[in-house]
Amino acid sequence: MAVRSTTPTLDGDPAWSRWANHHRKWLFAAPAMTFVGALIVFPLAWTLYLSLTDAEGSVRAEADFVGFQNYLEVLSDTDRFWPAVARTVAFTGVALFFEVVLGMAIALLLWRPFRGERWVRVAILMPLVATPVAVGMMWRLIFDPNIGAANQILGWLGIAPQPWLAGRHTALPTTIFIDVWQWTPMVALILLAGLTSLSSEPDEAARVDGANAWQRFWHVTLPLLMPTVIVAILLRGIDALKTFDILYATKGRGGGSFHEVETLNVYAYGLSFDYNEYGISSTVLILFFLIIIGSMWLLTSRNKKKDAQ
Amino acid sequence: MGRITPYKVFRAVALAVVVVSLVAPLLWMIAASFKTNVDIYDSSKTFRFSPTIANYTKVLQQANYLDFIGNSLWVAFAATALSLLLGVPAAYSMSRFNMRRSALVVLMARVIPGVSLLVPWYYVFSNLRLVGGFTVLILSHMFVSLPLIVYIMMGFFDGLPLELEESAQVDGLTPIGAFRRIALPLSAPGIATAGILSFIFSWNNFMFALVLSGADTKTLPVAIFDFVGYASIDWGGLMAASTVVTLPIMLIALFVQKYVVSGLTAGATKG
Repeated sequence: MAVRSTTPTLDGDPAWSRWANHHRKWLFAAPAMTFVGALIVFPLAWTLYLSLTDAEGSVRAEADFVGFQNYLEVLSDTDRFWPAVARTVAFTGVALFFEVVLGMAIALLLWRPFRGERWVRVAILMPLVATPVAVGMMWRLIFDPNIGAANQILGWLGIAPQPWLAGRHTALPTTIFIDVWQWTPMVALILLAGLTSLSSEPDEAARVDGANAWQRFWHVTLPLLMPTVIVAILLRGIDALKTFDILYATKGRGGGSFHEVETLNVYAYGLSFDYNEYGISSTVLILFFLIIIGSMWLLTSRNKKKDAQ
Repeated sequence: MGRITPYKVFRAVALAVVVVSLVAPLLWMIAASFKTNVDIYDSSKTFRFSPTIANYTKVLQQANYLDFIGNSLWVAFAATALSLLLGVPAAYSMSRFNMRRSALVVLMARVIPGVSLLVPWYYVFSNLRLVGGFTVLILSHMFVSLPLIVYIMMGFFDGLPLELEESAQVDGLTPIGAFRRIALPLSAPGIATAGILSFIFSWNNFMFALVLSGADTKTLPVAIFDFVGYASIDWGGLMAASTVVTLPIMLIALFVQKYVVSGLTAGATKG
């Protein structure tokens, strides 16, 4: 049998087929890698180059090489850049915190089977497949200070109406709320998949030892689930850092007239396509990219250290 | 088993709160899409109003939404089909030959901020006179779909036992033949999962279309902004437009729930 398998019967033209089968590893992988590579490597290299020039107005216009001047300018910009960094970090951090805590709670509620489970799962799926721009518009109506449902509900409870998206200090928390509404289900589904794959034995053993529900969750289930929690934070965190659609849909260009929801992504978009400041925008994007890679690296290296123990 | 415990009551109440807070806003949007703008401004008409389809006729007829629906469908289908064509064999190779570093190159596409690619893309594609056409839209959406498909399918092929393909080769199939006749048919559920997810992500994509689409190639998420003016917003029209954009995708998800969930949670439990 082993002898026969070294000289397989080839269908089609033998020479061509033998070559294809011999090189199938790269024959299969190369087209996809070339496609992604061409769309990433060249643009990224060009962005890096632009960040070292004073390109503006038109990408075709003459640009002078200015070294790291853009980086000095951006890093000392306390008017737009650093506030955008702060908003990006706050948006991602706060949204992730609520998404993981609430997502964990929902996953635990769904863990054991119950009647009507199917319908609850359908409800959970709806926000996260909904089109983010449409979701933004939907909340824009609900949070409208004059005609929105949010203030109407506050009115029933006897609470004064809030400006929500229209307020200088309430806009960012409101967009965080929208992000939490849309993406908590995603975290819940990932954690639920993790929970279902856990063996029930450690939990049973702890129950026999007399541990209460909270102790069993905190000391048994959560540590076992930690790898899945990290994956959920990683997947969600990358997308939260890059949030654009709901911010643009609710506040428009520049993150509102006072830039109240201007994160790094919104800032870079505005620099590129509203102001055509290609040099500065490329610099912001390179720094933004470094922040994303850095936070991913931090998260995964901590995870690996824990695995090694 | 049937005994009612305090926990069961708590769980039922908590689940009800979860379901209501996730679904009520969507129902609110749909309800508003059937109201006149006068009724939307009238808080006494919150629940009781005479429904009108005027917003929908406006969206579908005056605002040319039938064209935009066609654009969104075409771009999502083409991007998904082409990404499957490139992505499924690549995922197979990366899984079977354990090409983790090559896979990382493809997955980088999920990490990079889209804006940093858009300026160079815009420059190159406008030189090729492609900006505003379908080609560039489909290519940019493939950039989102392809990494997603590779990621989902790699996990799927990792779980597919190698023995089946090996015994097929013993029986005289070439390695590529074994992929085509054994691995590919067996991975149909995985391909369905990857394809559905790719379609949803492409349909919902906003930023690439915002920059790269033209007046005739606009996709639905961009077309929503036609209802947002500088001075005032046509709320009824805006909610009808939002419903037209998002309801089809929610209905699809309803029918293929299992696939959507397995795609969204792919790779989450391997650690």
